[in-house]
Amino acid sequence: MTIAENDWSRREVLTSTAGGLAGASLALPGSALAETRQYEALDVRLVVNGTAQAMRIDPRVSLLDLLRERLGLIGTKKGCDHGQCGACTVLVNGRRICSCLTLAVLHEGDEVTTVEGLGSRGALHPLQSAFIANDGFQCGFCTPGQICSAIGMLDEVARGEPSHVSDDLLAPVLSDPEIRERMSGNLCRCGAYPNIVAAIREAAGEMNA
Amino acid sequence: MKPFALHRASSPREAATLLTRETGARAIAGGTNLLDLMKLQIETPSLLIDINRIGLNAIEPTASGGLRIGALVRNADLAAHVTVRRDYAVLSRAIVAGASGQIRNKATTAGNLLQRTRCPYFYDRSTPCNKRSPGTGCSAIDGYSRHLAVIGGSEACIATHPSDMAVALRVLDAQVETVDAAGGVRTRALPDFYRLPGQDPQLETNHGGELVTAVNLPPPRRGRHFYRKVRDRASYAFATVSIAGIAGPDGRRLAYGGVAPMPWRDASGEGERTADRIIEATFAEARPTAQKAYKLPLLRGALRGELDA
Ligand SMILES: Cc1cc2nc3c(=O)[nH]c(=O)nc-3n(C[C@H](O)[C@H](O)[C@H](O)COP(=O)(O)OP(=O)(O)OC[C@H]3O[C@@H](n4cnc5c(N)ncnc54)[C@H](O)[C@@H]3O)c2cc1C
Ligand code: SF4
Ligand code: FES
Ligand code: FES
Repeated sequence: MTIAENDWSRREVLTSTAGGLAGASLALPGSALAETRQYEALDVRLVVNGTAQAMRIDPRVSLLDLLRERLGLIGTKKGCDHGQCGACTVLVNGRRICSCLTLAVLHEGDEVTTVEGLGSRGALHPLQSAFIANDGFQCGFCTPGQICSAIGMLDEVARGEPSHVSDDLLAPVLSDPEIRERMSGNLCRCGAYPNIVAAIREAAGEMNA
Repeated sequence: MKPFALHRASSPREAATLLTRETGARAIAGGTNLLDLMKLQIETPSLLIDINRIGLNAIEPTASGGLRIGALVRNADLAAHVTVRRDYAVLSRAIVAGASGQIRNKATTAGNLLQRTRCPYFYDRSTPCNKRSPGTGCSAIDGYSRHLAVIGGSEACIATHPSDMAVALRVLDAQVETVDAAGGVRTRALPDFYRLPGQDPQLETNHGGELVTAVNLPPPRRGRHFYRKVRDRASYAFATVSIAGIAGPDGRRLAYGGVAPMPWRDASGEGERTADRIIEATFAEARPTAQKAYKLPLLRGALRGELDA
């Protein structure tokens, strides 16, 4: 979504029928529905890194674009915009998702955590420290997604969720092959994979200690 | 992306009514397939019905000893559910063999069943494709077809259904439940839920766009459950071929992915003694193009690996 498109949609919002579809009953005639269809903006409230946000936006805006373009949280990256690279990974209600493959308006009331919300300069998240200590990156473009993904992934392991390489579906244990498989949704063009695995292994040990 | 209106449905009934009454309406669940295709303008709905807050997100035992899986249950939650891991392991295995952790956290049971093909020409709007633009022709038949179907296709389309989960549901004899605008409930086994392409590859299912509410599993089948997936890289790729199986006291059941327009099962081959003969019998009607001929030996090797295990 470009800025120009945003302006366009905002203009259209002013001309769209008040109330609109959000308040529509099932009895709404088809023609009225058709009129309100194209240009309706929607209200959405989210909690992003602990701060409540309320916005009226074009329903086409992805969660990723909302974070980057509207809230200026540019730590989360856009790699492919199609769910294929993991650079846009954020935590929604504690679970990792690709923010490029969801619409912001689908997240009414949700709590979103981006890399900016994990730690501060003086008090980094254990995964952030471990990525630095282990050289878990080169250019750094994939890193915010890697770190958010790793946090969600370690929670999944802690909850006992199995993976493709778990021998025992009922009792998965964290190992290097498990880390590699569970992190396969995060690509790194620089190929920092061995150090990424080392960083996650180290942080997992510390977080359990 | 084309403009659309979005309506937040608050009940299954409301969603079912809007879906069947409003032209151009589509449900959006996880959005991981629909939004991908909308960004490419392959899907251009004018009205999206957000079904994420209508319930239908529970996994419950049924009176007959089976399991009822709500349409909105996330793939990750289904694979991790203790009863599924213990009694329907083939389903857990198939789900975790697909996509990535991030995508499985969003993807839903119904959305997974209804995901569209990964045929490269379906994704490329500059090429003819009967499924995307009926009547324009099929670019794959004389084109790049190594990922496509070896059985069940037609002269109009040789696309495969890409889901791993659906292959396990096929071997488990799952039933898909839908509801229409009047509240009428129907259930269909997967072979009746899906359609073969014939002359109309744009029609992929028989549920008429109605709301999918649940998937019902019969009581568990004892035996060794497995899901073997072969792909071009070790993880995060669609299957070239896959096999869901249950080998137990009541015999052997097998379903295949990556080979047909729907998860494929042919019970007549299952009684054969060796892996080679099972594949030979099951795929006797297969008509692979030269690019896809590798799939048959690959199936034999994959099945040998499981049956000798
Ligand atoms: C990078 C990538 C890799 C992937 N790899 C794999 C893989 O290896 N194996 C695999 O199996 N899958 C894979 N997938 C596909 C993934 O499994 C699907 O995108 C996902 O399951 C779709 O579920 P969803 O809830 O997000 O569906 P949506 O995108 O929300 O919907 C998909 C379709 O279903 C319809 N729909 C959804 N719910 C209902 C309902 N209740 N009633 C009626 N219609 C409904 C929608 O209208 C839409 O047409 C991959 C996807 C990506 C992006
Ligand atoms: S195989 Fe089907 S989806 Fe692929 S180009 Fe041919 S018609 Fe289109
Ligand atoms: S930008 Fe979202 S997965 Fe690549
Ligand atoms: S560090 Fe450069 S892409 Fe991963």
